[in-house]
Amino acid sequence: MITVTDTGTYLYAVTRDTPPPCPEGLLGVAGTRVRTIANAGLLAYVSTVPLEQFGAEPLRKSMEDLDWLGETAGAHHHVVEVVAEHLPTAPVRLVTVYSGDEQIRDLLSRRHDDFMEVLTRIADREEWGVKAYVDLTAPSPATAPGPPGSGGPGTAYLRRRQTSLRGREEAWRQAAARAEQIHDTLSSFAVASRRHRAQDPQLSGRKELMILNGAYLVERDRREEFARVVEELRGQGVDVELTGPWAPYSFTDLADSRPEVLGDA
Amino acid sequence: MTLENPRGAALAREGRLPSERVALVDLLDRLLAGGVVVSGDLVLSIADIDLVRISIRTLIMSVRECEAPSDERTRR
Repeated sequence: MITVTDTGTYLYAVTRDTPPPCPEGLLGVAGTRVRTIANAGLLAYVSTVPLEQFGAEPLRKSMEDLDWLGETAGAHHHVVEVVAEHLPTAPVRLVTVYSGDEQIRDLLSRRHDDFMEVLTRIADREEWGVKAYVDLTAPSPATAPGPPGSGGPGTAYLRRRQTSLRGREEAWRQAAARAEQIHDTLSSFAVASRRHRAQDPQLSGRKELMILNGAYLVERDRREEFARVVEELRGQGVDVELTGPWAPYSFTDLADSRPEVLGDA
Repeated sequence: MTLENPRGAALAREGRLPSERVALVDLLDRLLAGGVVVSGDLVLSIADIDLVRISIRTLIMSVRECEAPSDERTRR
């Protein structure tokens, strides 16, 4: 039974257990001091957090508090970035909190091979985000009015309406095809790729429709080549936005998460 | 909402793209849908999808609050 005075161990990232040691004075979520736990040749970056903030119940509420979420995500990201500057780093999902250090030691030894596999896969590689937008409100040839024909104003209206619907459908279809094409081009350049859900226009802060929200794992020494490929995809009504480099958040799936999932069921 | 991103800033100085600030929404795409997922002895075990839904809802709501409140009022 957890009481509100308890603490938990918050896990940020895992690396191989090699120097340099944990950067001094690094602060994590809620201003807590980041330290490391070593086991089985792996190093976990953690901090001790109060469960009155990071327990399951308080989190359910605070995850809905945008200021708290922004601060916590920023702090988590900062720790990952600092660590990833020096070492291949497997970032861990936001608010992964263990009941104590012993559980983390256990995790490192139990999932040793899986972590090693991930760390090998991402070494000398970086994640880049590519978002593509298309403005569906822009006039296109498909939405131009059809040839004048017979029939009254009602028929003309229906025809216009039908043409406009068809035009919109066609625009959607073209946008989706373009997204596929961009994703394929980038995927063939990248070591691995993944598509995130397209962001709501209210979140992307742009009026245009986001047709692609992709993540691409790219060799570090090919980053400029990749950026050029992205540049070349811009145009024909499509805007493309590049973000990164990110720690490889989107490419850290552990090979086998089955036992963990079964434990929860 | 944006956050400092020193690595992006370094790149920007080199004359290579991305902006030096990270949009919270881009960060959440990764922190809530990516990263190593472990469970087992976790204190917290909210399903991934819940986290995403909660935060996205929060973000949308807060954006709505910031944007166009006058619009809403005149329409009603």
